Amino acid sequence: MNSRIQHYIDLIIVLTQKEMKVRYKSSFFGYLWSIGHPLAFAFVFFIAFKIVMKIQMEAYALFLIAGLFPWQWFSNSINVSPMVFLGNASLIKKVNFPRNIIPFTIVLQDMIHFILSIPVIVLFLFIYHKSPSFSWLYGIPLLLIIQLLMTYGFSLMVSSVNLFFRDLERLTNIFTTLFFYFTPIIYPETMIPEKYKSFINLNPLSPLMISWRSLFLNGTLEPIPLVISFTYGVVAFMFGYLIYKRLSWRFAEVL
Amino acid sequence: MSEPVIIFDNVSKSYPLYHHITGGIKNFLLHLPKAVSSIKNSRFEALCNISFEVYKGETLGIIGRNGAGKSTTLGLIAGVLKPNKGRIIVKGRISPLLELGGGFHPELTGRENIMLNGVLLGLTRAGVKKKMNMIIEFSEIGDFVDQPIRTYSSGMLARLGFSVVSSLDPEILLIDEILAVGDMEFQKKCLDKMMGFKKSGVTMVFVSHSMEDVKMICDRAMWIENHSIRMAGTPKDVVLNYSG
Repeated sequence: MNSRIQHYIDLIIVLTQKEMKVRYKSSFFGYLWSIGHPLAFAFVFFIAFKIVMKIQMEAYALFLIAGLFPWQWFSNSINVSPMVFLGNASLIKKVNFPRNIIPFTIVLQDMIHFILSIPVIVLFLFIYHKSPSFSWLYGIPLLLIIQLLMTYGFSLMVSSVNLFFRDLERLTNIFTTLFFYFTPIIYPETMIPEKYKSFINLNPLSPLMISWRSLFLNGTLEPIPLVISFTYGVVAFMFGYLIYKRLSWRFAEVL
Repeated sequence: MSEPVIIFDNVSKSYPLYHHITGGIKNFLLHLPKAVSSIKNSRFEALCNISFEVYKGETLGIIGRNGAGKSTTLGLIAGVLKPNKGRIIVKGRISPLLELGGGFHPELTGRENIMLNGVLLGLTRAGVKKKMNMIIEFSEIGDFVDQPIRTYSSGMLARLGFSVVSSLDPEILLIDEILAVGDMEFQKKCLDKMMGFKKSGVTMVFVSHSMEDVKMICDRAMWIENHSIRMAGTPKDVVLNYSG
């Protein structure tokens, strides 16, 4: 039994290493891209909303970055999810190993990139004369776990179902874009009109992204969004795992 | 012969034909009742009531035309497919031999791929590290081992793949049409290695189109045609009937 767990861990390590290595293998700037991408987005939104539309907010650049970095983790993982089983068809058809490890390593790998990008957030805090707070020590691990659970859950759903319903590939991209604008990332939740405010917690990503931002900007963790996002995380994980379990024995048939 | 380690008991396997939906939503909705019933009823019969046993230490060769159900049989043994009917019992650690480059990533170096493949096939990281030099030596690819494998020739890929498998310590080895690649010398080396496995008591299931290899390696052969067993017996007899 013990050697089995050891093998699981080794599988996760090896597959994550592979993803990390492959991702930037033949690009010159390598890891910098995982920062460059959200930074470029932040730049675009900064021009559109701060300079052109003149949103009334202080430190808007910092605000954008604190929300875009964790979002980037979620959307990167979900957008590649439809392909993770398809891309490993030859393995799935031959080797009997726990297939859910593949999407897990994808999410893990994006999480590592997110962690590596936190220093950029710190840099921006300093630019705006703020500083990191001690609450990060427990806040970051806590939110990391919640987002890992939630992203892994959604990733399992998308990657499993896509084998049987290939249209999901296109839908996934549309949905992540839609949810990006439904989630208070480029705008604060306080700007949402009163009559729509009650909808905000129907979006599983909202309480999580709000928590990240308040942790990064103010060093605070509000209990209500924290509890809601944790609940969403657990539900997404359980639901995703259930779907995966129902479908996984047929993976080798349809690939 | 000792106890059986692979038992197929009246096994049937059929695949639903999913392509009926891929005609598009318009077609699907226009012919809804017909489409639904065709999804329900159209199944592709890959294996039909197959029963056989493989004994410990035995080498079984499976021959037959393309699409006869040979790879499905291997998939069922490996446990990646489930039978629709019947019972399959497999006792022991299974090592599948991957097809050319399967499970390799073209951007990674030979060394990194050995690690990846070794762990996927059931070794621990420490185990692969210990065997790394042996594997590289067996593969004879020399300095190329630190190059990304997209630069490899197909023969080199086959060597690398087989070298990883040769370092495993399997109880049951599944081989699907692998010896066809690589140069003569390496093919001979692979055959030697397989003979070595055989001597040390590894059970092997060997799918091949090379009748020479089947005659040379296998203790018993099975001919699958039209999704059921046409004939089973000594490799010589089965090959003779199959070829004639």
